[in-house]
Amino acid sequence: MSGQGQRLTVVPTVTMLGVMKARLVGATRGHALLKKKSDALTVQFRQILKKIVSTKESMGEIMRASSFALTEAKYAAGDNIKHIVLESVRSASLRVRSRQENVAGVKLPKFEHFTDSAAADSKSPSDLTGLARGGQQVQACRIAHIKAIEVLVELASLQTSFLTLDEAIKTTNRRVNALENVIKPRLENTINYIKGELDELEREDFFRLKKIQGYKKREIERQMVAAKQYAEEKLAGEVSLQKGISMNAAHNLLVAGAEKDEDIIF
Amino acid sequence: MAGRAQIPTKSSALIAMIADEDTVTGFLMAGVGNVDLRRKTNYLIVDSKTTVKTIEDAFKDFTFKEDVAIVLISQYVANMIRFLVDSYNKPVPAILEIPSKDHPYDPVHDSVLSRVRYLFSAESVASGRR
Repeated sequence: MSGQGQRLTVVPTVTMLGVMKARLVGATRGHALLKKKSDALTVQFRQILKKIVSTKESMGEIMRASSFALTEAKYAAGDNIKHIVLESVRSASLRVRSRQENVAGVKLPKFEHFTDSAAADSKSPSDLTGLARGGQQVQACRIAHIKAIEVLVELASLQTSFLTLDEAIKTTNRRVNALENVIKPRLENTINYIKGELDELEREDFFRLKKIQGYKKREIERQMVAAKQYAEEKLAGEVSLQKGISMNAAHNLLVAGAEKDEDIIF
Repeated sequence: MAGRAQIPTKSSALIAMIADEDTVTGFLMAGVGNVDLRRKTNYLIVDSKTTVKTIEDAFKDFTFKEDVAIVLISQYVANMIRFLVDSYNKPVPAILEIPSKDHPYDPVHDSVLSRVRYLFSAESVASGRR
């Protein structure tokens, strides 16, 4: 497993252990949340994929229909219609509005087409296209192309959502994996390390306490022995005092007499 | 997200086109065409005389323009500048490959559809088609 043996450089203390545990809890929760987000995005992604495929299919048909309508218009109104159309372009009456849609925190663009009425009014020359002949076909062609634009706009927004979601899913998955395979093992390793160090310290402390206890016991025994000896000596002294002469005093008398009294001539 | 491009929310944007004359004419009839103050159009008509350089420039121009939301490009034109289309990865404007009248649509070449196909299993694509 990657990240094994890796750990953060921390001072092994109880406080740090608490901090690390809190971080691990945070990482676990974040991981769960991100996983959920990733799942939600994937569900959305699959729906969009399905829609894209079906819309692409329908796009082909719509485009064919609009091409056919254009050919009809050309036939009816004459081939020079395209020159009239190309020359009469002013400003777009069919425009696109973009807005955002929020899916699990990812902003997806959505396009909507709409008709700009102000521009539509100003582009009257185009409305006169095919006035001489083939006006109906020109209108049909226009409607067919507007329909095609509808589908294409929808497809564009789907496609944009697809790209954005793809990116978002990649990012989210990267984060999920990073949390799962790097951050969490590292935190766990750190916690284990701190626990190990703390246990070691505890054992050391225990050993030291044992040592001190042993030392104290020996000291007490020594003192007991000393006290007993003292008591015995004291007892002996008292006994001799009762007899009249202190053993020490008798001893001292002789010594003192021998040293101090110079009048005694022996 | 740091790397992701912002998606502008605008009340109105244009649809740009790079296609053959008939397709452009059709969409211009629908009212897509726009000419700005400097007489620059939002479409490019590709015929046999159009050089790849012109198409490239138009593509870059449309994709960098702020007021363009969607770029429609005929598939055979997209094939001419395939490297540009494939390396394009911004969400807005969206690049859309459309079939043209003279060239049958080939889903294999579509940069997005090929990714869709890659992600989607072949079986579910088939079921989506029925």
